Amino acid sequence: MKFSLEWLTYFLETEASAAEISAKLNAIGIEVESLDDPAGQLAGFIVAEVLTAARHPDADKLQVLTVSVGPNFNGGEPLQVVCGAPNARAGMKGVLGQPGAIVPANGMELRKSAIRGVESNGMMCSTRELGLGDEHDGIIELPADAPVGTAFADYQGTSPVFDVAITPNRPDCMGVYGIARDLAAAGMGTLKPLREHTIDSLFPCPVEIRTDDPEGCPAFYGRVIRGVTNGVSPEWMQKRLLSAGQRPISAIVDITNYMMLAFGRPAHAYDLAKLNGAVVARRARDGEQVLALNEKTYTLDSTMTVIADDSGVHDIAGIMGGEHSGVSEGTTDVLLEIAYFEPERIGATGRKLGLSSDARTRFERGVDPAWLDEGLDGLTALIQRICGGEASEAVRAGAPPSEPMVVSYDPVLAEKLGGVAIPAGEQRRILEALGFEVGSDWSVTAPLRRHDIEGAADIVEEVVRIHGLDNIASVALPRAEGVAAPTATAAQKLERRIRRAAAARGLNEAVTWSFIPEPEAGHFATGPLWVLDNPISEDLKAMRPSLIPGLLAAAKRNADRGASSVRLFELGRRYLRAENGGSDERLTLGLVLAGEKNRRGWASGKAQAFDAYDAKGEVLALLAEAGAPVDKLQLMGEAGAQFHPGRSGTLRLGPKTVLARFGALHPATLAAFDVEGPVVAAEIFLDAIPERKASGFARAAYSPPALQAVTRDFAFLVDAALPAGDLLRVVKGADKDNIVDARIFDDFRGQGVPEGRKSLAIEVTLQPGDKSYDEAALKAIAEKIVAAAAKLGAELRG
Amino acid sequence: MSELDTLGSAAIARIEAAEDLSALEALRVEFLGKQGSVSALLKTLGQMSPEERQSEGPKIHALREAVTGALAARKEALESAALEAQLASETLDLSLPAPEAPRGSVHPVSQVMDELAEIFADMGFAVATGPEIEDDWYNFTALNMPESHPARAMHDTFYFPDTAPKGGKTLLRTHTSPVQVRTMMADGGPLRIIAPGRVYRSDSDATHTPMFHQVEGLVIDRDIHLGHLKWTLETFLKAFFERDDIVLRLRPSYFPFTEPSVEVDVGFAIEAGRRVLGGSGDAPGHGWMELLGSGMVNRRVIEMSGLEPDEWQGFAFGVGVDRLAMLKYGMDDLRAFFDGDVRWLRHYGFSAFDQPTLSGGVGARP
Repeated sequence: MKFSLEWLTYFLETEASAAEISAKLNAIGIEVESLDDPAGQLAGFIVAEVLTAARHPDADKLQVLTVSVGPNFNGGEPLQVVCGAPNARAGMKGVLGQPGAIVPANGMELRKSAIRGVESNGMMCSTRELGLGDEHDGIIELPADAPVGTAFADYQGTSPVFDVAITPNRPDCMGVYGIARDLAAAGMGTLKPLREHTIDSLFPCPVEIRTDDPEGCPAFYGRVIRGVTNGVSPEWMQKRLLSAGQRPISAIVDITNYMMLAFGRPAHAYDLAKLNGAVVARRARDGEQVLALNEKTYTLDSTMTVIADDSGVHDIAGIMGGEHSGVSEGTTDVLLEIAYFEPERIGATGRKLGLSSDARTRFERGVDPAWLDEGLDGLTALIQRICGGEASEAVRAGAPPSEPMVVSYDPVLAEKLGGVAIPAGEQRRILEALGFEVGSDWSVTAPLRRHDIEGAADIVEEVVRIHGLDNIASVALPRAEGVAAPTATAAQKLERRIRRAAAARGLNEAVTWSFIPEPEAGHFATGPLWVLDNPISEDLKAMRPSLIPGLLAAAKRNADRGASSVRLFELGRRYLRAENGGSDERLTLGLVLAGEKNRRGWASGKAQAFDAYDAKGEVLALLAEAGAPVDKLQLMGEAGAQFHPGRSGTLRLGPKTVLARFGALHPATLAAFDVEGPVVAAEIFLDAIPERKASGFARAAYSPPALQAVTRDFAFLVDAALPAGDLLRVVKGADKDNIVDARIFDDFRGQGVPEGRKSLAIEVTLQPGDKSYDEAALKAIAEKIVAAAAKLGAELRG
Repeated sequence: MSELDTLGSAAIARIEAAEDLSALEALRVEFLGKQGSVSALLKTLGQMSPEERQSEGPKIHALREAVTGALAARKEALESAALEAQLASETLDLSLPAPEAPRGSVHPVSQVMDELAEIFADMGFAVATGPEIEDDWYNFTALNMPESHPARAMHDTFYFPDTAPKGGKTLLRTHTSPVQVRTMMADGGPLRIIAPGRVYRSDSDATHTPMFHQVEGLVIDRDIHLGHLKWTLETFLKAFFERDDIVLRLRPSYFPFTEPSVEVDVGFAIEAGRRVLGGSGDAPGHGWMELLGSGMVNRRVIEMSGLEPDEWQGFAFGVGVDRLAMLKYGMDDLRAFFDGDVRWLRHYGFSAFDQPTLSGGVGARP
């Protein structure tokens, strides 16, 4: 909300500067977003008189003016200025921007220049160029008595303009007067009492006014003024409205706007000639329509309160008037409406219609229920003063809420909650200056306009904010004795650990959107998706059921930017459905490896692409780091349709608990994401990793064996389809007392190996106990290994 | 000089002059072989009288020792020279690159969240989490924003068509504050938590993204007041930015879930085109920037969270994690946080070993 210092000081007697006021506004909770001084912006612009105007020798639309600038400029000599405005003519007065001045509207610095060969010493300005309005059809015409040579800012009487943000709990500050009251309470001056009006009511109100919707419109006051002249509003009012960013329209419209901006009190004026019968606040009928002042038609329903007459709706109550019955230049008789609307209904109606207005902003937050009569009389007095006319008696239908909030308060609370001791007398002074009544027992009665006051905490806030938050001293939180105790949960420690493990393994952590395009989410879905009702775009619409699609899209963007190798991981949630339909969010690590694993190199030769084993390697390493029992994991299939069916797998703890899936992506997935392959990916389901049992810090007892381990190699011929891991498992299990490790070091097919078979070579590590192996012992172990392998159809190769 | 001495000097001179191992071997045979000259001398010992043997024996043995030693020394010298010569032909061009290893990185948001956890742990705060797909009771109603509250409309909320299991609308949480309610309901008082996480608003421009990160702080106890809030925020920001000259400006504000409500500005200066926190915003060349929203938890929120509001009171605050990251580490485009550009991630990301610690300082310098 904007207002000028001049307007503020009309209500507030103060010696304070604009900067001091600005600082105080911030201190009491009225945030100053900007403080502009138009006088500064208008430096270099002066009142000037056009002495002569002649056609430019080389341009039809330009004139060459000689302009008088008064005795203080240019040695009292006139200046030559080239001007394109059609209304420039000898004898008129206007505003000259001198070389060096900066045009407020576009920030351009004026210079002495030649325009089509004719020297020009500045610019005669339009309203728009000076940022004072939209008018741009010609240059500003000042009255004949405007003193030539005066700074235009002084002539105009410009005043600094505050732009403040009013928090939604303070509709009483959505008018300049309310801001003045807060400032006065905070010691920034004295609030001037409002003028009291005595209206001569010369005749009974000729229009019936009723409220048939006492819920939505508890109070509807009105009055008719006959014989008004709806011309232009006076300059003082126009200046204030302009400072608030409100364009002057006509006297009566300006006056209602002025009431709203000065007192936070929206009101409405109808052209009486356009009304027909009783004017009633009622519920709209379903489907009823109204053409509003913004020239849009709104279709209403029965939850909405309207003001209507016999012929139809004239006002979406508290939000916007109707086009049909608004005042115009020819209006002679007006019906004034000043009402109290129920805030919640205004908000609901506004949201439903998607219609905002200054009136709605105030009504939905709550206007002052105690200021209907004053508002109506103030409005009447202003109209009569400016537009003339005779006033009828006021009509009052219904009554506004009048039950004040009384809070039982204890001044000790300022310290208990606010952390600052404020003398009781000062607390009382602050509250009374804000219009609260304070009883001798500290029962505090809030003024009706303070809809935000609900309890003692609100009173503390009033007292503390006016006293000053700067006066609150920092107080350390009590600290537990000793070194701070650890607070992280097991899941948090796991998350931190696996993140840094992945980064240490050369993966780059990304954070991608939780919502992705619906088709991409659908490609990875295993159940119903969470799809937004009101997405910001189609690309950010469905909650991801997997981390892979987001990473894949990122990998594609990187590839499109020329990255030859992309290793991305993300730690975040997948958004699934719980059985009751609620959210089931599961912490997951996703990774995507795309492009080259190794670039071509002088030693390594050609570039090598990532393959499914790279994904497996990452998954196993990260699972191990996460504390998963990697030795007990089973490799199974069913990684999902998004993966290459023959080059992917899952790692499970038991047949049902899937800890991870990994592998090369299916060509169809790559096609759906428009990515060039091969791309390998994996997901680790962190929530499935069993939590390790709490233990002490001590490890199991261990001392390295005294005797050296020995290795023996075995080569088996097996069926080509037999998973190597199966053979390895039986070999490892053949003699658990002696075999401590076994590892496959060759997989050979071809010459010497029968068709349909393959040769798997295994290096077995044997650890002797208290005595070294002799030949017989080694032979016995080897026989056990061969026998175990034979169960899988493996024959020892000769 | 005796005949033996002459023989010895000549033999050693020839050994030392041997040019390669085969020449040396020939000399060994010539002197020490079965037919060798030194071997022949040794054989003469048998025909000598005991007296002669007494005097000649040691001389002949000494000669043999000298020749054997010279042969061994020369052999070692020749082998060593041969090895050097071989190595000289085996040089590698070590200016060629070593095998490459990829350099991974931790995202700035994660890094800052770890830093926050570390700082607040020292002040006794645990980290709490909650769902991102929330219902409107937790996101709004329990935070004192009933259905008709104008502040609801200001939240630019993303909604789902689904009805929540407990009734009401399903939405993406617009702030981390629902975690306050959930934690109070689950754990009761006293409490000290921070709740970092993703939040969502349907807002997108240069400085806003529809998804961003917030961290919520909550302290519930019996005698907590605004002074504690001020200290906590000052202490946290000084530790986070590792600067003692952080100056806060508290301004009264309005949030439905706090009363009194306090907006917190922090003083900064422009250095080399960047905002650098520190100093009073009123000092020359300085300004204030809005950083945090905070306040004393509204008693209605405490009540709706199942605590007795006459017994428990406390403060809450919320701040953007991405914003903290940008201010500390100098990124200027929020949208780049969520793009996954590996060039950006490598530049602004952190080493796995930049684990924040109190002893090492929670910040990581480039």
